[in-house]
Amino acid sequence: MTPPRRKRRQQDLPPPPPPPGPAGGAKKSGSPERLFTIAGSVDGARAELDLVTLIVARSAPGPAASPEQAAVLRLCAAPLSVAELSAYLQLPFSAMTVLITELIAAELVQARAPIVRQALPDRSLLEAVMHGLQRL
Amino acid sequence: MDFNGSDTIPGPRTEDQLPHTAQAAVKIVIVGGFGVGKTTMVGSVSEIRPLTTEETMTQAGIGIDDNYGSDSKTATTVAMDFGRISITDKLVLYLFGTPGQERFWFLWNGLFEGALGAVVLVDTRRLEVSFDVMGRLEERGVPFVVAVNTFPDAPRYPVEELRTALDLSPDIPILDCDVRRRASSKDVLMTLTRFLHSLALSGALT
Repeated sequence: MTPPRRKRRQQDLPPPPPPPGPAGGAKKSGSPERLFTIAGSVDGARAELDLVTLIVARSAPGPAASPEQAAVLRLCAAPLSVAELSAYLQLPFSAMTVLITELIAAELVQARAPIVRQALPDRSLLEAVMHGLQRL
Repeated sequence: MDFNGSDTIPGPRTEDQLPHTAQAAVKIVIVGGFGVGKTTMVGSVSEIRPLTTEETMTQAGIGIDDNYGSDSKTATTVAMDFGRISITDKLVLYLFGTPGQERFWFLWNGLFEGALGAVVLVDTRRLEVSFDVMGRLEERGVPFVVAVNTFPDAPRYPVEELRTALDLSPDIPILDCDVRRRASSKDVLMTLTRFLHSLALSGALT
């Protein structure tokens, strides 16, 4: 008995759209992506939030914080990923990024960017991952 | 949701909190057909109870997929189960499993783009459900390994027969696993990381 064969997808398909970047990435005004590409973080860099960006509270929630903001600040007293915040608060990822972008702009939280796959991969990073997995 | 009772919002248990030294995270995505064991695999290696995040795909997201008319306003919720492994006190690895309809996974901006790599989990009883996702990973340049979750009543094929059927180049690892076992799931992740490392050494990763 032989397994079914995969037929390769047509090679002449149009290339996938580029990921939205800070420069002209958002095609339509009003698209949710735009909300966090236009907000600046404290160091002037643009806040591109990933599922695994780590969020850390810079201070305890003050009296001016909204209930949503207070909930995030309490949860990320220790670093927590956007995905975990979204899961605990039961908010969709894009709604979560809007809330976090407000908190970054208000300097209430700090975002620690993830390490993403690069054209020039980081061998020492992969070695660290291998060592970490080995200890499981 | 009502945030006024935010004191009672469930959060991580004390022992599940990351140390303050955690500086950055990386992610690996586990893809495959319905019921193939993605969530089981996440659960077997995760240091936290697996959690679920979701995203609502609306017109803006659907418009980028050429299978959909841009006038479609249907909103679809895509859920991701995920788990976490602390690599060092500074580095955290997140594993995302992808239940639901695969044609929506690739609308989730950034899910695959930033991932170190992917595990394509296959069930030899339904090998064809993984064909489309492999094509999409190749198009996006996301490196992946193929892990065959060995169900007792599933047909067993020699690796080279699978490689031919899946039309994969000789360097892409294909291995058997039992995702219910932590050691086996760990072995799959080790195989992926070693593969990524070999790509880094050969400079083939683009």
